[in-house]
Amino acid sequence: MKKLTAVLLVLCMAFGLFATGCQKENENVTVKVEDESYYSQYKDKGYEINVYNWGEYISTGADDTMDVIGEFEKLSGIKVNYTNFATNEELYAKLRTGAVSYDVIIPSDYMIGRMAKEGMLEPLNLENIPNYKFIDPQFTSKSYDPDNTYSVPYTWGTVGIIYNKTMVDEADVDTWDILWNEKYAGNILMFSNSRDAFGIALMKLGYNVNTEDEGEIKLAAEELKKQKPVIQAYVMDEIFDKMESGEAAVAPYYAGDAITMIAEAPDLAFSVPKEGTNLFIDAMCIPKGAKNKELAEVFINFMCETEVAKANIETIGYSTPQVKALEALDEDLRNNPIAYPPEDVIQNPQVFENLSDATNKLYDKLWTEILASSGH
Amino acid sequence: MKSKVAFLPYGIWMLLFTIVPLGLVAYFGLTDEAGHWTMSNLIRVSDYAYVFIKSIWLAVVATVICLIIAYPLAYILSRISENRQRMMVMIVMLPMWMNFLLRTYAWMTLLEGTGIINSLLKIIGIGPLNMINTAGAVVLGMVYNYLPFMILPLYSIMTKIDGSVIEAAQDLGSNNWQVFSKIVLPLSVPGITTGIIMVFVPAVSTFIISRMLGGNTTMLIGDLIELQFLGNAYNPNLGAAISMVLMVLILICMTFLNKMDSEEMEGMLI
Repeated sequence: MKKLTAVLLVLCMAFGLFATGCQKENENVTVKVEDESYYSQYKDKGYEINVYNWGEYISTGADDTMDVIGEFEKLSGIKVNYTNFATNEELYAKLRTGAVSYDVIIPSDYMIGRMAKEGMLEPLNLENIPNYKFIDPQFTSKSYDPDNTYSVPYTWGTVGIIYNKTMVDEADVDTWDILWNEKYAGNILMFSNSRDAFGIALMKLGYNVNTEDEGEIKLAAEELKKQKPVIQAYVMDEIFDKMESGEAAVAPYYAGDAITMIAEAPDLAFSVPKEGTNLFIDAMCIPKGAKNKELAEVFINFMCETEVAKANIETIGYSTPQVKALEALDEDLRNNPIAYPPEDVIQNPQVFENLSDATNKLYDKLWTEILASSGH
Repeated sequence: MKSKVAFLPYGIWMLLFTIVPLGLVAYFGLTDEAGHWTMSNLIRVSDYAYVFIKSIWLAVVATVICLIIAYPLAYILSRISENRQRMMVMIVMLPMWMNFLLRTYAWMTLLEGTGIINSLLKIIGIGPLNMINTAGAVVLGMVYNYLPFMILPLYSIMTKIDGSVIEAAQDLGSNNWQVFSKIVLPLSVPGITTGIIMVFVPAVSTFIISRMLGGNTTMLIGDLIELQFLGNAYNPNLGAAISMVLMVLILICMTFLNKMDSEEMEGMLI
């Protein structure tokens, strides 16, 4: 579908027909919130916030879903400048250069731990986020933020193998070894971010994903170098096109995105390998130096509204930590074993923790070496 | 005095946006994270010699292909009627009106295993050919994107070649090959060198083409630098050091080309 759009766009531009986007005229707020006055106090002040989120990670209003950003702007009168990043490391690099100013960011667990340790996050005032009460305590007080000082969980999920049933032997999909399998050479995709890639190699070798042992990490790097000849491409969001079109046969990815892809292409399926999986939590944070901390908290609160959380989850396919939203979900999605796996499927969930500086450095160095290696 | 005043804004601009950034690149490249002077970044660059060689090789191949395609076209363009010239030059420029990323993305959908070209090949019973995620696809992306930068300087220099010079040579008994090698080629050398520089420099430092058409498996210098700043291996000091080495390499290439250029010119004058 995306591909078709791209081709159409190219054609349009070739003929000089620039399609003008249709602006929705509807000015009425349709979303139901807990306390409308909480939002309306910010109206007509010309406020603006900068939100930095993962790509394809919010309900945008396409196909009759809720336009979350639009609803928030109408409700609160706060203008949202919304931009995307593709990996935690990209987010980190952007913030480290200090050239940009964001009010709300949505990093993953281990990156929250790293940023908190390096003083890059602003402590939240949970009194300004009353909807925090809807967050399942199962997903709070984790090791990356033990006192819930910096983060409000947005989604969670697992990492598994997404594969094309017509191209892959289903006997192979219960292990990470499939990503090294010569049988599928040239049809395998791999994460293009170091933490996820190393995590898989470490799980394959039976090590802990949070290991600080240099020897183990180096062995994982060797494993990743060995994998390079069978890899078609290192991807992040490009995976949607490549898997849905049958361009690639197998790839590791996040469960939520797998649901989205399977909905588009029924030939696809998802499995959690027996060696274990990474259980991740993405949470909303406010970076140090945010210009509008209070407004950022208003936005975070809005994202925790039951209707909003539900709309987001329905669009992006990830699993929600918001209990009311979970209850309100369709039976199908609520009982989807990919999003809410039964306990026996996830035999060995490992949560990424922040690593020491030395280990992070080692990861960076080895990852560059892996990508730069000739692969032969 | 007056010209000095007029130069002032440009001088300030150059200072702020050329000299200072260059100084910063050098500073980052020669210091470690704590800000101490060190050569270790530059030494580490040698670990990536493979990436440099590959990038330069692919850029050279792309530049040569561009030159081979563009040279005859530019000559033909310069010899047709002016109205048609304008029309043709516009067609050459037309792809550049489109966003660079979109153009490259379009090639992705063309070259993929399930893409448009392979779907057509399938109908006539060939393939599927493995085109995407290869070095060849990266070169194709470079040629496609940078070809206009080769055509335009060649074209503009060739329009300046006076037709009567060619006629004179023919009157004096030169055959076609002699006209080309003794007249057209020497007179078009400045266009060739400009074209080579304008294609080679962006090609050698590109990163998005290799990512989109090479699937991140054909890593080029540009990808390596991007990885150090925005990517998954945050190390601006190493990134700056790699940039410095790249700049020196490009400088060497340009000096070499300029030398060739001026020698040819001298040869012509004599």
